Formats: sequence, C-alpha cells, structure tokens
Amino acid sequence: MTVTSPADADLEVVHARRPRPRRGVSLRDAGPPVALVVVFGVFAALSPGFRTLSNVQNVLDAAAVLTVVTCGITFVLMMGSIDLSAPGIMGASAIAVALLVANNRNDNDFGLLGVVVAVLLGAGLGCLSGLALVTLKVPSFMTTLGISAVGLGVATLMFAGVQPNVSDRMLEGLAVERFLGLAHLTWIAFACVLVGWLVQRYSRLGRYAFAIGGAEEVLALSGVRVAPYKVAVFTMAGAFYGLAGVMVTSQLGAGLVQAGKGYDFSAIAAAVVGGTLLIGGRGGILHSAVGVLLVTVLTNGLVQIGVSPYWQGGVQGLIVVAAVAAAVIPQRRRNQVTK
Amino acid sequence: MTTNLSRRPEPRVPASAPALEVRGLVKHYPGVKALDGVDLVVRRNEVLGLAGENGAGKSTLLKALVGLVRPDAGEIWVRGEKVRLGSITDAANHGIGMVFQEQSLVPNLTAAENIVLGSEGPGVRHGIYRWNTLRRLAQEQLDKIGSHIDPLARTDSLTFADRQMVEIAKVLRIEERTSHPPVIILDEPTSVLESKEIETLFTQVRRLREFASVVFVSHRLDEVLDVCDRVAVLRGGRSVGEVPAAEAAPAELHRMMIGSTGSDDHYHGAAAERRDEPRRPRLVVRGLSGRSFRDVDLDVHAGEIVGIVGVHGSGREDVCRALFGAEPTTAGDVVLDGEKLDLSGTRAACAAGVGYVPAERKTEGMVGPMSVADNMTLTKQKSRCTGPVVRPGKQAKLVDGWIERLSIRTPDRGTAIQRLSGGNQQKVVLARWLVAGDVRLLLLDHPTRGLDVGARSEVYRLLRELANQGVAMVLLADSLEEAIGMSDRIVVMSDGRATTEVAAPTGDKPTPLDLVKEMV
Repeated sequence: MTVTSPADADLEVVHARRPRPRRGVSLRDAGPPVALVVVFGVFAALSPGFRTLSNVQNVLDAAAVLTVVTCGITFVLMMGSIDLSAPGIMGASAIAVALLVANNRNDNDFGLLGVVVAVLLGAGLGCLSGLALVTLKVPSFMTTLGISAVGLGVATLMFAGVQPNVSDRMLEGLAVERFLGLAHLTWIAFACVLVGWLVQRYSRLGRYAFAIGGAEEVLALSGVRVAPYKVAVFTMAGAFYGLAGVMVTSQLGAGLVQAGKGYDFSAIAAAVVGGTLLIGGRGGILHSAVGVLLVTVLTNGLVQIGVSPYWQGGVQGLIVVAAVAAAVIPQRRRNQVTK
Repeated sequence: MTTNLSRRPEPRVPASAPALEVRGLVKHYPGVKALDGVDLVVRRNEVLGLAGENGAGKSTLLKALVGLVRPDAGEIWVRGEKVRLGSITDAANHGIGMVFQEQSLVPNLTAAENIVLGSEGPGVRHGIYRWNTLRRLAQEQLDKIGSHIDPLARTDSLTFADRQMVEIAKVLRIEERTSHPPVIILDEPTSVLESKEIETLFTQVRRLREFASVVFVSHRLDEVLDVCDRVAVLRGGRSVGEVPAAEAAPAELHRMMIGSTGSDDHYHGAAAERRDEPRRPRLVVRGLSGRSFRDVDLDVHAGEIVGIVGVHGSGREDVCRALFGAEPTTAGDVVLDGEKLDLSGTRAACAAGVGYVPAERKTEGMVGPMSVADNMTLTKQKSRCTGPVVRPGKQAKLVDGWIERLSIRTPDRGTAIQRLSGGNQQKVVLARWLVAGDVRLLLLDHPTRGLDVGARSEVYRLLRELANQGVAMVLLADSLEEAIGMSDRIVVMSDGRATTEVAAPTGDKPTPLDLVKEMV
C-alpha cells in the first residue's frame, strides 16, 4: 500500500463516491433479455420440437395480441398508474368491428373503416378512464376497472345474444395470410412496438409519461400541465386495446364479448417481468416486449417439453413471480443506498 | 412559446431600481398569520441572505415570490414595476426563479430534459423531441455556470452536487424570457451537500452575482454570513431588520431571529448540573468491524454523552446503526451493562434497552399520518397492551403523561404526528424510547437536523435531562459546535477507524479547530 497525503486520499474518496453518469441502456436492464435467452436455450436443449423454425414462428404469432395490449399498458405503468380496462375495451372493439365489417348479423361492409372505428372506440373508452382520473381524482385502479365494466356492457348490448361471425376477407386474412413466415397480425404487433418506441423516445407525450412516473410534482413546479398528458396516455392505451380487440376478432372469425378476458393481468405481468415496474418511471416499450416474449416462450416451452396442462398454469405463475422478484431485488438495494 | 422567447421586452425602468422589492406582504392561513407585513429589497448583483427560525415565514415569502402562494395583501415590485405573480410561469416571465429545497428534478430523465423541462422551446417541435437541439440548449445553460456535466446523463446517476448544478442551470433558463438580470432564489441549497461541495456551490453563487441577484436561504448562519452581502431577518412573519454580512456575527443574527438573548452555546451550561462520579462503563465496544468501519473501540458510561465526529465517509453513521443491529457487522464484541449485546437485528437491540433516533425523521423516525399516541407507543407495545389487546385507557394515560413531561405542543394525543412542528415530532420520537422506562443507551443520529434554534435548545435540554437520569448516549451531532457543547467526551472517526478521543468536560471544551485537525 502506498502512502498518500491526506489531500490525495480525500480526492480519491470523492472520486470513488461519484457514480459514473449513465446514458440510456445500462447493465441493470440486462436481466430480462438474458433471462429470455437462457429460457429459450433451456427449452431448445430439452425439446427438439421447440427448436424448429415453425415453432419459433408459432411463438411470435402467439405473442401478437399480448404484445399490442402490453404496448398500451406500458405507457400507463410508466406513469405509475395502472390500467385494468383492457378486457372491457377489447370486448367492445371486438364486437364493434365484427358488426361493422361484412358479417352475418347485418348488411354493413365498411372494411378498413370499420377497423378504424373500432380502434377509435377503444381510444374513446381509454379517454374516459383518463378524464375520470384527472377530473374526478379517482385512482386509475378504480376508473379503469369501471371502464372495463362499461366496455363489457357496451359489448354485451351490441352482442344482443347472437354471435356476429365475420365474413370480411381482409379482416380474416390478417390472421391467416403470412409474410416472411409470420402472420400479418404479428407484423402489426411489430409495428406497434416500433410506434410505441418512437413515441416513448421522441415525443413529448412519451417523455412526459416517463417523467410523470419519475416525479410528477416536479413537472408541476416546472410549469407543465400534467392532466392533458395523463388523459392522452390513457387514450393511446385504449387505442392499443381497441386494435388488440380487432386482432382477436380476426383470429376467431367472430366477435366475442370475452375477447379480452385475462389480457389485463397477462399484460401487466409481461410488462413487469420485462422491467416496466409498477412504481412508474422505469422500463419502457422494449422492456415490455421482451417480457411478452419471455412469458410466451414460457407457455410454449412448457407445452413442448410435455409438462402436463394441469400443471402449466401454476408453474407459469411461479416463474412469473420469481422473475419479478429477481427484477425488483437490485432495485430495492439501490434505494436503500441512496437514502 | 418560441415567439415569446425571441421577442425580448426592452427595459423601461431606470437602472437604479432594485431588482425585486416586497412591500407589506401579508398571508393568512387558517389560524396562522404566516406573513404579517414583510418588506424586502433585493438589489442588483447582490447576494441577499434570508434568515429566520422555522415558522418565521421564510418559505411562504419565497413561495409568494415565485407565484406558488397568492398573498392576501401587499405588493411585489420587479425592477420598479408592480407585478402580480399568479403562477411559477408568471414569476419566470418576470425573471424570478427558484431552486427548491427538496431537489426538484425528475430522476429518470436526462439532465438536458430537466434543464429545459416545461420550456423546451425549439427542442420540441409539434410534440416531437429534437434531441440534438435539446442537448445544445442544455449545454448552453451548463456553459453559463461552467459545469462539465454530460447533458445526456440520467439525472439519478449524478451526485447531489451535480444535480444542484443542473437545477441552477435549469433556473437560469428564465433568462430566455426576459432581457433583465434574473433573480435566483436558493432555498436551503446546502442541506444535502458535503462541505467540499458547499464550497463549489458558493463559488457558483458568487459567479451568479456577476449577472444576477441571488436570494440565499439557509439554516446555517455561518454559511449565510459567508456567502451573502446582506442578511435580512424574518421573525413571526415580519421583517425585523437587516445587516451587512461583513459586520454581523452569528450570535447577533440569532438574537434577531429569536428576539431574545439566546446564544449559540446555551446548551453548554446545563452540563454543569450533572453529577460526576466514577462509574464503570455501561457500553463497551471492542474491535467492532463492518462494511465501512474497522476495529472500533468505544466506552460510554451511564449518564454520559459521547459524541462521534468525522467527515462524510468516516463510517460514524454505520457504527451508530450497527450498535442498533441495523447494519451488519463482521467482528467485534459489544457489551451492555455486563451482558453481550446481540447485534443480529433491531428487535434484539430494542429488547436490551437500546434506543435509536434516526437522522431521517420523516421517513425513518415516524409514521406521519399516525397519531402522536400511536407513534409514541410504536416500539414498546407492551406499554399500551395487555397481551395482544390494545388498552386505549392505558395508552392515553401513559402518552398524556409524556406529552406533559416533555411539554410536547400538540392539540391532543390523537393528532397526526405530521401536523406537529419538527421539534415536537422529534420529542415524540425520543419519547418512544422512554415510555417503557427501560432505555439504557440512546443512539442519536443527528437528533436536531432540520430543527430551528428554539426547538434545538429544547431537544438539548431534554437530552441533558435524560443523561442526568443515567441514560448513556452516543451522539452524531449536526455540527462540531453542537458535538462539543453536548458531549462529555468526543471520539474522532476517520476512514472507518476511531482515531482519537478528546475529553470535553464543562469548562474545558475543545475548540472546533482542535477536532478538525484530528478529523483530516
């Protein structure tokens, strides 16, 4: 050990304490992608069926709807809010699109316009969640739960006891026709991730959603009106759910009230597994997309290696909890240090 | 917004007008007169210190100056022009900006985004970010204060000192809105900084004076006198006078702040009353080692207050927490009254009669929305329970007794503790260890942090009383003066080791300089 003068030693202390400024991606974010690779590798080693190209295509196709829902929910989670409205909004838009394109219930044949209207319906319902949040000051947990019920109600009214079967070529084709081996719906999901990433990175809406999750008071003290951005985020999320509802209708060939059942919690789980934590201000679209893949690979892989279907739900739940715990532990330690 | 930025108003008033003037400002809150006719003048290119106890009206005044509080009466003049400040944006348009006490940056955004937040100007077009422009705008601001921070670094990866520079760079954005020299308000800017960082900040403040007026607020009067040109004193919502900093002494300012002849060293005197008899040590620590400290030896007698002093990184906070079982240790023996003390967790320490007053009162010391009574009986549940059942009558009697004994000013025992003043909160936190009557050792981590002069002296008196009743105490003081005044003996820690011990009996106290020599 060399002798240093007190002044030098002091400088070293100051230097050592100073954390290196972090820009963009850091090692801390590497957990979920590494987990994805590891899980993928394990299943590939265990099951010859899993490592085929067609199965990889299956995995990606199976992830499409969840990816779109998760794109929407990610922005809400980034703000530190929560969104349980996906099932209701998806149900409403699924029935709406089924009744607007060529179907067995009425003479409508609006084609793409019908899809757009269904997405706008989703955006409108999402907007209601946001407005209830900022004007009535009802926590997002409750407003979105309520809007989900409203969405299911609207869907049930439109459903009216007779299932609308879709005969529109374009809509049916989205799920069936393939480009480069992947269904068109899967490409739509990729596009959603890209759009989401651009919004998150380059739009004021995305950056402010991130900032609201980080420190909402600071925005107010900086003269920013937060409420419009919150409403906009819920509206955008609603549009994503609306699109997801359309995608489910395309896959089923019929409009179902229950089109979005379970997607709220699956999407939240996928986002959190990917590193978009519920406390807000963390993660992002790419994190969430990795989370979706992780969850989907897990589901597919358990089938491929022959785990009994009776076991799958429970095993998957355990793995999700373990993944979240792994994602959160470094977080907690860090907070304790900064205190 | 862009057009506003480029069209700068022409100055219309004579250069001799003060940068900012406050006349007879009044603000009532229910039951309280926060401001009772405050007058204040901020001149051009000066650093004005603002001193006053907690509750003197400082924060209300500052908030009024940046449009966060609407005064009930009185006028605010900016450069000879009467203004009405309805929002923080209004204030910015008049060239007034504030660096808030709680650091007010969004931690997960880049420094650049924080600097331009809310006034991105050309950095955002039609809601779309232009990162290069944004970066350039931020760089211009950082250049103004000569800072070398990477504008694209995430804010939570910066040191507190760097974050403060980002805040100053951010507040200087108001220069874009007006052609006049800005008025920058710094509210308690030093509270999160180390002494070395404080020096850097002061250099920065002196630089700001070249082109701006600065209002500097701090609890630390030595700092105020060090960096300011003039100090204005508030008391009870009124201006009670101002002094040129060069001629004033801390004691004089104190007198103006508390309105009587309270002095810095009033807590020295009480020590004289203490009985002084030979005792065997109550706490014996030998070779205690942990993550940030090594081979620490420490003796504390019953009724003795031992101060531990050291610079940041000396490990003294960790030693304190380790003795309470809140920080892991790797080696060492701790004996309390002849029995080995179990350091495996805080429960064991509590059971052994060790109490701990954490530095972060609001987050670690108390449960804000819970009542005074529940906070006081939080740890020693047995004191209010029979078996698992809470006995409200038992609790009430006990708590009321302590409220009276410690003269805790609270409407009643059911009041949420967060509604009390800092000093009274701290008394409740202390009482938590006293209610069971079994406390033998108190570990005090900055027990007077954030308290005003009056509340401090009450805490000092209380600690001294407890010591006289035989409680042993380890004190990490807020300042060297406090450590010297309160302690009977002072242990100096440096680089994780207890290097020196200095006796500090009443009448023969070491000077701060004596200690500083040992600390470096």
